[in-house]
Formats: sequence, structure tokens, C-alpha cells
Amino acid sequence: MTLTGTIAYTIRARRRSQTLARLMRNPLAAPALVTMAAIVLLVALADILAPLDPDATDLVNSLAAPSWQHPMGTDGIGRDIWSRILHGGQITLLGALLVLTIAVVIGLTAGLTAGYYGKWLDAAASWGTSLTLALPVMIVLLAARAAFGPNLFAIMGIFGLLIAPSVYLLVRNSVRGVRNELYVDAARVSGLSDARILSRHILAAVRAPLIIQAMFVASVAIGVQAALDFLGLGTSTGPTWGGMLSEGFSQVYKAPQLLFWPALILGLMTASLLVLGNALRDTVEDRPRAARRHRKGSAQDSVRSSDGGVPASGPGSTPSSVPADVLLAVDGVSLTYNTPRDGIREIVHDVSLAVRRGKVLGLVGESGSGKTQLAFSILGLLPEPARITGGRVILDGTDLLTLSPMQRRRSRIGGVAYIPQEPMANLDPCFTIGDQLTEPLRVARGMSRAEAKRTAEDLLSAVSIVDPEATMRRYPHEISGGMAQRVLIAAALSLDPKLLIADEPTTALDVTVQSGVLALLRRLQRERGLAVLLVTHDLGVAAELCDDIAVLRNGRIVESGSVEDVFYRPSAEYTRDLLASIFADAPPRPDLIEPASGGNA
Amino acid sequence: MVTFIIRRLISGVLLLGAATASVFFFMHASGTNVARAVLGTNASLEQVEAKAAELGLDRPLIVQYVDWLTGVLTGDMGDSYTKSQSVSDLVLSRASVTLSLVIVTVLVTTVIAVVVGMVSARNRGWIDQVLQGGAVLGTALPGFWIALVLVTIFAVNLKWFPATGYVAFAKDPAGWAMSLALPVAALAVAGVSGVAMQVRSAVIELGQREFVRTLVSHGLPPRRILFRHILRNAASPALVIVSLQFVGMLSGAVVVEQIFSMPGLGRLAVSSTTTSDIPVVMGIVTFMVTTVIIVNLVVDLLAAWLNPKVRLR
Repeated sequence: MTLTGTIAYTIRARRRSQTLARLMRNPLAAPALVTMAAIVLLVALADILAPLDPDATDLVNSLAAPSWQHPMGTDGIGRDIWSRILHGGQITLLGALLVLTIAVVIGLTAGLTAGYYGKWLDAAASWGTSLTLALPVMIVLLAARAAFGPNLFAIMGIFGLLIAPSVYLLVRNSVRGVRNELYVDAARVSGLSDARILSRHILAAVRAPLIIQAMFVASVAIGVQAALDFLGLGTSTGPTWGGMLSEGFSQVYKAPQLLFWPALILGLMTASLLVLGNALRDTVEDRPRAARRHRKGSAQDSVRSSDGGVPASGPGSTPSSVPADVLLAVDGVSLTYNTPRDGIREIVHDVSLAVRRGKVLGLVGESGSGKTQLAFSILGLLPEPARITGGRVILDGTDLLTLSPMQRRRSRIGGVAYIPQEPMANLDPCFTIGDQLTEPLRVARGMSRAEAKRTAEDLLSAVSIVDPEATMRRYPHEISGGMAQRVLIAAALSLDPKLLIADEPTTALDVTVQSGVLALLRRLQRERGLAVLLVTHDLGVAAELCDDIAVLRNGRIVESGSVEDVFYRPSAEYTRDLLASIFADAPPRPDLIEPASGGNA
Repeated sequence: MVTFIIRRLISGVLLLGAATASVFFFMHASGTNVARAVLGTNASLEQVEAKAAELGLDRPLIVQYVDWLTGVLTGDMGDSYTKSQSVSDLVLSRASVTLSLVIVTVLVTTVIAVVVGMVSARNRGWIDQVLQGGAVLGTALPGFWIALVLVTIFAVNLKWFPATGYVAFAKDPAGWAMSLALPVAALAVAGVSGVAMQVRSAVIELGQREFVRTLVSHGLPPRRILFRHILRNAASPALVIVSLQFVGMLSGAVVVEQIFSMPGLGRLAVSSTTTSDIPVVMGIVTFMVTTVIIVNLVVDLLAAWLNPKVRLR
């Protein structure tokens, strides 16, 4: 074994033992595992643990209460229930094992080949899958029973075939997922055979989901088998759990206790399998349970909590100290993230900045510097694990952080509006553009349907969309990215805002479309006298559009001032580095001219 | 759209052909003597042979299947071997029981699952934990197991509901509801668990989507965002699970009808398979597969209507 091979092996082994340890930390996993193992063990050792013949009748001792000789009592014709439960499990568990084997062998083979090689094999397997999914399983099993007679293993074999598609689909989709991963490509390029790639790389990826699915299949198989036995269509020899339930049910008025033991063991077995499978899934998917407890606080809660408790930072910073020409003052805002992996981490530290009325402030910095999170805290759109721990966000004399959720929602009209980064992801795919544009107008601004429609069309014209009426009828997936961004700008304008926060508004767009959208933003800003907070990592864009610049690094403002001061006379080392890194080898940027045919953008 | 429906109908017909053919050959090729099974063990050899000739069982299998198929295409599904009734009369008279059971179950399942899924997604904490645990159990425990427990508690001990029987809706709506309550509850548990967890994860996942954040920024009330936007987006994947559950419920109905002595297709299937009444079994298979195909088609159309981005292929 090579050195790297050894290391890889060790890492894998360690990861496996970690998975096991994490699994055992799940409060339900250990009891489920113990229950399952205990039942399997009891059933396997039935001959030793329950020496009484499960079929020996003793009419004198019928329906006996539990005793030393009969730990669970006897049934209606005096047979020992303990012995029948243990021996009855053997056929049930073996039948389930058969189902599992067939389903896994067929599902895995078909899934690996269809997923890896694709093409007609995939199509054929998919058709076979939809065929079996449309069949009412029980009817087919009944037909099988009529065909093969009381041959339990034949029936369970057919059930294995019927349930194999669930394994197949899982394996196929997992293989599809990893097939084009780089490491599989690398393995292929380095000349490994398909069989080796399949067994070594791809099988590793499907192992965990396969185990989970297997537990599910086993649980279902036990249930189906018991159901067949209950109907009297299973095996005709010896006791089974389903058969015992049937016998108990026929005497439910006389001796309901007969139902108890088979129902209990059947319930425990199927439930423990599924609980274990679920716990395993939680572990593999790394969903730490502890994290949920901290999730209660929403963004709104955190806003409220900063109301009284946290003192505003910065001496003497009261609303009155905000200069008259400042529309939005961010004053000493700090922000933490609570993630299960890292615990509580502060990512924005005591940040202050000011957006002047009718001016554009550029918030620049590398990705990960906290720009977007700062923007979201101004907008009141922070995701759940984030929390504002201090500071104030003062818009026109009102501290937005002290508003109740309801007041906050109302304040969005004529307040701060948001232009997102990824236009396509920010439109609801289920509704037309018209629906989405008129909804805030009607709901938040109380317009009538006709009024809202007219306003929305005007807004679309304002963002240089050529045919507003046709656009209103389209769904988001029917328009281009540039068009979608114009729609989102129109939606932001529909709130009649004083301040626009645009978070990298052109990053996700084609280069050819970018300049058009930027020019549109500048035109709107000038025409409407809007204040804009432009979040960007593109210093060229910032230089073109902004009046003021604030440079953010690792959650701290390192420098702020007018665009001339910051870009031509940078005082901070970091700003100089940033500027140098751009102008070193980048081509000069063309001037921003809004194209005449803006509607096509 | 029209091409989609036509393509789905063609594949549905193929599916139906494949399903009926496999069940047909299956039941004949098994080595059990059908005529013997029909007459019972006491019949003499001559009687069995005469019966086989009478039922046409002495002809080649493929001829018998084609014969059956042409019959079906002309609306004649043959007569029962054991009951003096035509298969279509027999199946249709039983279908109303099974369909009311399954359709009511689907409706109940959907409503409860959406509520449970949303509550679970929106109250992360102990409520969510309890509901999730309940869903795992609901998926794990076999439907007939739940039915037995329900009967023992609510019918035998508490006597709140009738333990057995089915009352037609036209005869007595209240009695109909009472007779369906326990069977529906038993059948719905698994479906509710599956669909609720699908709704839950969809609501959680959608709640973190960017478009929801943007809707918040537009000043829309959280309730409106949840009910109008998130639920609409969650509906398509949930519907697919519902349609899968529907197939499972048809299977579950077989056992549940047996437990509650309901005169539905499931009980008919059990009795006709044990007596090798092949025409009746074929009639049931045809009916059930057709129902499944129609339901799947309707669900796909509904999903596409709810989310225009879902392409109909």
C-alpha cells in the first residue's frame, strides 16, 4: 500500500468511526439499534430460548395467563405465545431478508449501470420503474399467491422485484450526481477501468443512502409479509406474526390480549428499523440537532432584542447628531452569526456609515468582508442564524432596529428598497411578472387592481422595458436575466423608496447587459433624486457611479470618504492594495452608456 | 400540452397492457389447475376437464389472452368463474366502496399533511421534534397494524365507531361517515406522515430562498408570503408524493377492507385470488391500473398548472 493510500484509508476509517459516534449521540438511535438487535437475537435463538413446540395445542390450558412456563400465556387452543412469537419471527425476518437481498442486488446493479452508462439502458430502466410504481403491489402479490400457492418465498421474491425500483432510483440518482464530479473524471483520465471506478468511487458515494433505504425496505417488507399472513395468504406452516394477529383479531371480543404480543413485536421491529434509518440519515446529512434550539430567534426577534438591552456604541451618538444631509446613518452596528459548526461568531464589528440624500455610497470590499450582511441588516432581511448585537440604523430620524415587525413592514413603503444580486432567483417562478409587480402595490400600498396594473406598466416603462403589457403576462423563466433585473428594479421603485440598496446588481448578468443596467440605475438615481447604497466588489463600477465610498474589510470599515479622496488619495494600506490589484492588469472599463434598445437587455 | 396528454395516454395503455399480460400469464402458468381450484378439491377428474373445456382453459394461453383483450376492448370483461355475475358488474359494484375509502383518505391526508407540515416547519423546537417523531412512526407501522389497534380501542372497547361494515352514502350520509372513519384513519396515517414531511422540508427550504427574502423586502405580510408563495411552490413536489401514496393506499385498502369487512375491491381480490377466479382478478387489475394512470395524469397536469416552470414531458 502506498503512503497516500494508507493515509486515505486511515482518514476513511476515522470518518467511519466518527459517523458511528455521531449516530450514537442521536437520542433515538441507540434504543432503536438495541431493540432491533434484541429482536433479531431472540428470533435467531428461538430454539434455545423457547423450547416449547409453538404448534403444540393444549386445550385444557387455553388462554392461560402469563406464568413461569408460559411467559406470555397461551392462545385460544393452548399454544405457548412466547414460543410462537419467537419462532414466528424466523419466517418473517427471513422473508424480509429475501426481499432486501433481491431489491438491493437488482436495484444496485441496474442503478449503477443505468446511472453510469446512461442512454437506452437508463430509458428502459426508467420505464420499468414507472411500470412497477403504477402497480398496486397488494393485488400483484395476491395474484402471485394464487399462482404459486402458499409459497411465501416466491411471493416475497416478487415483492423484492416490485420494490427494487425504489433502490434503483436512489442509486441511479446518486450515481448521476457524482458521475461528472472532478474526481471521477480524474480517475477516468488516469486510466482506471469502469468497474474499478464504479466499485471504488461511485459505490462509496451511494453507500450511506443505500443503507438508509435498505432499512426502509426491510421495514416495509416485514409489514407487507405480516399483512399477507394476516389475510391468510402467507405461509401455511408454522406460526407467523401476521397469522397470530389474525388469530387474535378473530377473538378480539373474547380475548383481546392475544393481539397484544404480536402487535407489540411487529410494531417494535418495523419502527426500530425506520427510526434507525432516519437517525442514520440525520447523521450522514450532518444535521446537528443542537442547532435547532438556537433557531427560535428570527431576524425580527433579533431586531426587537436590540431595542433596549444593547447600548448604542459611540459616545454621544443620538439621532439628533445625524447631520441634516444624511438620509441613512448606520451607527456602530455589530452582527453575529450562530452556526452549529463555529458557534457564535461576530462578522460585522461596530460599523458606522452615512448615505447622503440623493447621493450614491459605494460599499466596497472583497467577498466575505461582510458587505452583504451589513446591507441585509439595514434592510431587516438577515437570515435566521444572524443577530444584530448592537448599534442603530437611523433612516430619516427613525431607528429602524427599534420598530416592531409590523411597523418595520409598513416602513418599507417610502423607505429602503432592495435590488438583489441574482435576478432569476429573486422572482417567484409560480407567478407572472405582472402578479409579482402588482402584489406589493395592492397589498402594501392599497391600490385597486386597475390602478396597480397601470402603475406597474409605468414602472416597467421607466426601467426601459419596451413592451410592458406583454412582459406583465410572462413568467420569470420566460424572460432574460437582464430583463429580470429590470423587473426587480421596477419592483423596488414600486415601493416609492428614499433609499435603494443594490447588492452587486450586475454581477450575475452577462457583460453585455451589465453596463445597460448600471446606466439605468444611474439615470433613475438622478431623475428621482434617490439615495443609493451600492454594494460591489467592482471598484471600476464604484468609481463610475458613486459619490462616496466606504471600504469594508473583515467586517470593519477601514476607510470612508468622497470617491476622490478614497480612490485618489487612499489613506489606508488596504485600500491601496485593493486599487493596485485591480489596475495592475485589468483593461480599462468602457464608459457607461445606456443602450438605446434597452428593452432587449 | 395536448401532445403531453396523448403521449401519457399511449404510455398508459402500454403500461396497462404490460400489467394485465404479466398478471394473466402469471396466474395461468403457475401450475395450479385453474379448473380444479374453481371446482374445489372434491371434484372428479372428468368434472375438472369438462369445466376446463367450458371455460376455454384448454386453449393456448396466448389465444386466451388475446380473447380476453378483444373482449375488454369491446367492453366485455367476461363472467366470473365462481359467481353468476359479469366481471364488469361485479367490479363496478365493489369499486364505489374502495374509491370512497381511498378518495376520502387522499383528501384527509392532504389537508392534515399540509397543516402538520407547515406547523412543523414554522415551529422549530419541541413541536417539530414531536411531529417528526410521529411521522417516522407513522411511516414505519404497517397500515393494517394501525387498523387493528384502532378497532381494538375505538370500536371494541370504547364502541365509538362501528367495528365492521360499510354504509352507502346515498343511504345514510352520517352512517357512511361513521363507517369510514376508522378505515380512513388507518389508511391515512402513512400518507400523512410521508406528505407532511415533504411539505415540511419544502416549506423550510423555500423559506430560505432568495425570492422569499425579496418578497419580504416588498413589504408583504409573512402570512401572505407563506400561504400564497411558499405553499404554491411547495405544492408540485407534494402532489407527486400524494400520487405515490395513492397507489400505496390501493394496496393498503385490500387489508383494511378485510379488517373492517367492507365489501370493496380489496376483499373481492382476496376471495377471487384464493378461488383462482381469473376474470375477476383481471378485472380488478385493469380497473386499479387504469385508476392509477388517470390519477397520475391528473396530478401531473395539476402540478404544471400550479408551477408553470414544471415542463410537461
